[in-house]
This record gives sequence, structure tokens and C-alpha cells, in this order.
Amino acid sequence: MKAIITVTGRDSMGIIAKVATACADVDVNIIDISQSVLKEYFAMIMLVDIDKINIPFTAFVDRMTELGRSTGLDIHTMHEDIFNAMHRV
Amino acid sequence: MINFNTEDILETINMIREENLDIRTITVGISLFDCVSDDADILCSRIYDKINRTAENLIKTGEDIEKQYGIPIINKRVSVTPISLIGGRLTSDGYIKVAKTLDRAAKSLGINFIGGYGALVQKGYTTQARALIDSIPQALSETDFVCSSVNVASTKAGINMDAIRHCGKTVKELAYLTKEKDSIGCAKFVVFANVPDDNPFMAGAFHGIGEGDCCINVGVSGPGVVAAAVKNAGDCDLSELADIIKRTAFKITRMGQLVAHEASRLMNIPFGIVDLSLAPTPAVGDSVALILEEMGLEKCGAHGTTACLAMLNDAVKKGGVMASSHVGGLSGAFIPVSEDAGMIDAVSCGVLTLEKLEAMTAVCSVGLDMIVISYDTPEDVICGIIADEISIGVVNTKTTAVRLIPAFGKKVGDRVCFGGLLGEAPVIAVNTSSPSKFISRGGRIPAPIHSLKN
Repeated sequence: MKAIITVTGRDSMGIIAKVATACADVDVNIIDISQSVLKEYFAMIMLVDIDKINIPFTAFVDRMTELGRSTGLDIHTMHEDIFNAMHRV
Repeated sequence: MINFNTEDILETINMIREENLDIRTITVGISLFDCVSDDADILCSRIYDKINRTAENLIKTGEDIEKQYGIPIINKRVSVTPISLIGGRLTSDGYIKVAKTLDRAAKSLGINFIGGYGALVQKGYTTQARALIDSIPQALSETDFVCSSVNVASTKAGINMDAIRHCGKTVKELAYLTKEKDSIGCAKFVVFANVPDDNPFMAGAFHGIGEGDCCINVGVSGPGVVAAAVKNAGDCDLSELADIIKRTAFKITRMGQLVAHEASRLMNIPFGIVDLSLAPTPAVGDSVALILEEMGLEKCGAHGTTACLAMLNDAVKKGGVMASSHVGGLSGAFIPVSEDAGMIDAVSCGVLTLEKLEAMTAVCSVGLDMIVISYDTPEDVICGIIADEISIGVVNTKTTAVRLIPAFGKKVGDRVCFGGLLGEAPVIAVNTSSPSKFISRGGRIPAPIHSLKN
């Protein structure tokens, strides 16, 4: 199973390292990273593999949200199913 | 990005963060037929136990799904078998006991509404139904979370005018008993024609008699998303606009289907239906009126509003139907005045009137919803408003409903603020020319003919 992590904000200095570390801490593997612009904000999108995650996925979501809060960025972690449901027939 | 399109991801995130996309409610329907007893205390204790047992994990499941998919789930609720059907030989006092039990169960689960304190009297009254309706004002004014609905008509049975008279009286009494809080009790009571058995939305939710032991019904929402899509569509023609609305409704509903499926799996309760509704909130932008205005009206309520709403409602259904394996409930655009910032504004400036709202209900989902009138409005006039709205549903083979709030001590133009999702509204003007003789005749309006349609 996979999840999508999106990071949005005005500044991304060092943020990739922090998110990557937070993922590695719980055995979440980063598969792909891309960046884009959402309205006036910088947006980084990570596709991660959560098959081997060693904490409940909802706890991981909380951790990432907290990481965002402490770095002044918006970090959203969502299970891939929501994107599959909405964008694939 | 492998398997995913960046634009799709950003679109979903933008819908949730900027356009107020949410799951409006996960409602667990619970049959109470197996709680029946000739002793009120035994009945109440069985009801309390069954609701608590069945919906035990509802809040936690909702919160987990919310986190897993990053989608807000605003309400978690329970609907039960219409209480008049399981009351046996209860008196009004016995029914009050049941209402308080439902309230306690809601509080113990941590949900914000429980629906089903109601009766089905489209053709006639049972003694139980009469006793239950008699108890509604006291039951709703002495509880916090209990919602009540009465079905007074159907296309097959016609209109029970005695029941309408009874409901008009109930609305007035309820308004008086909750007069300290701007008659807010009336927000928990709704009168229906052709009521659906599987509606997850309050105040009209109940678990119908043809339903199984329990089920999960999910109501989606997203007026903000549709309004943004219509706005971004620019100056396209209406065929194209209808397609855009359909595509948007499809996406919203797919999300609802996913959540319903997941909730059903986690709670081990069968999936019932997804209700494809555009349910507004008082939040800026999350408004059905705004969609109509983006379609090209200067103000909701202008001539052309009914046509816009008809197209919107139809496109939402067409888009949503393919996105879910089972669609039901009310399914369509809601137009609750106090819960929709655009409607509030349109009523305040006098463009949107009660008569126009009535016309709009002929082509959309529900009916005259969350409309604040003066408490001084005579009871017969309230009955007349209900009868008009109900007849629209009966003749057009659709659900219609009335949720009027005769606010105590308020006059036309005053503002009433309920807070939260119930919002606020100006007191709307009512034509008070008397329908007294018509209402006092009582009896039934026969079921309409279904050929020779014109």
C-alpha cells in the first residue's frame, strides 16, 4: 500500500531531509518525489510505500502533521485510495 | 509521478483545504424491532444497550478514516426505527422516557444527533403514532440530540390533513417550549412527504421498516467544490456546464463511496447507501446559493433560479449515480436557508422569498428547510405552508419536507443566530391570508392520478 505526503509552504529549506528522516524512522520508504506550485505556494509531493510501516498509519499521519506544525509548513499524509477513488474510473 | 498524476493530487488537496470538501455524515442505521417490550423500562434498557453495542466504535472509526484519507468527516450519527412502531402500548409519558433514553445513548456514544423519534402517518393514525406526535414538543425540548420526523403524505396514499394539522400545532408548541433559545427545538423536527427509509441526514434520518438489522449510510457534500468548478468553467454554455458539474459530483461521490466502504469494513456493519447531496454550511463559499450565482444569477432568488437549480440537481445525480454502488436517501441539492451563507444573504436583501423557495423545492432535493418565521404566524398558516409543500412532493412523486422555525419574540427582518452548522437567518415574511377553513376540514387529500399528466 502507498500513501501520498504533500508538503506546502513558502520555504522548503531542509524540509526534504526532515520528512525523509521521519519516514525512515518508521520504515516508510520513499518511492518518488515531485514538486509543483499550488496557488502561490511551493508544493512537494512524495509517494511512499507503507507496507512495512512499524506504527499504525494514523499515528504516522499525526507525526507528519506535527512535523509540519513545528516547521511552519503544511504536511498532509493521505492513503493512496482516496486519489484512486476520485481520479480513476 | 509513478501511478499518480500530480495535478490530480493537488486537485484533491485543494478541494479539501480550499473548497470545504467533506463527508457530511456517517450515519449508522439501527433496527430497534428486537427491543420491543410491554414494559417501558425494559424497552428503554434494550434500546440503550442495542444502540451502544451496535455503534460503539462509530466515533473512533470516523476519526480513523478521517486521518487515513485526510478528509474531514463532520458528523457521526445514528438513526433508528421510527419509535412509534416499537412503542407498543406506551402512553405519551412512556415515549418521553424513550426520547430521554435515545438522548442518553447519543451522549454515551459521543455523537451529535440521533434520528428516528417519529411516526409514519401518511394514510392514517395508529394510537401509538398519535401519542408519539403528542409527545414531540416535550421530548425535543427536554433532550439535546434527539431528532424527530413525521411522514404525513405519500404519492400512493395521498395527504393526511389531520396529521398536517397535528404537526402545525406541534411546531408551534415546540417553538414555545424552546423560546429561550430562539425556538431552536424546531430545528430538530421535520414534516415529510414520501420520506426515504435510508436518509443519513438530520433531522429526518430514521432506519426504515424494510431495512436490515443495521447499516452504514453516508452523506457526502461539496457545494464549495461545485461552485469553484462552475466558476473556473468561465463563459461556457449550459451543456458544457452540466458536464463539469457531473464530473465534479462523480469525484465527490467516489470519495463518499470509499469512506462508506471503509466504515462498513471497520465496523463490520453492512453498507447501505451513499446520499449524493450538496449540503451547504454557513462557511463562506460552501453554499448552494453561490453555485446558482456562479451559474449566472445576480442573486439567488432571481427569476431563473428554479431553472438553474433544476439543472444543478439533475447534474449532481447523473454524476453521482455512477460513482456509487448504491445511491439513496435524499440525493440532491439542499437549500436550508440558515445553513447557507448565500441563502441568508439573498433572504436578507429581500430577493429570496418564501414563495420562491417553495418553487425551488419542486426541482431539488428536500423542501422548505431551516426557514425562520415569526412566532406570531397563526398555526393555520403554518399548516397551510406545510400542506403546500407536501402537495408538491406528492404530485411530483418526490420527497419534500418542511422544517420551519417560528422564532419566539422575533419579527420579520430580525436576525436569529443558532450557531454552528445550524447557522443564522433573518425572519422571513409570510403571507398571512387565512387558510383556516381549508385546514379545519381535516380528512385526507386523495392520492393523485398517474396518467393524463399535464
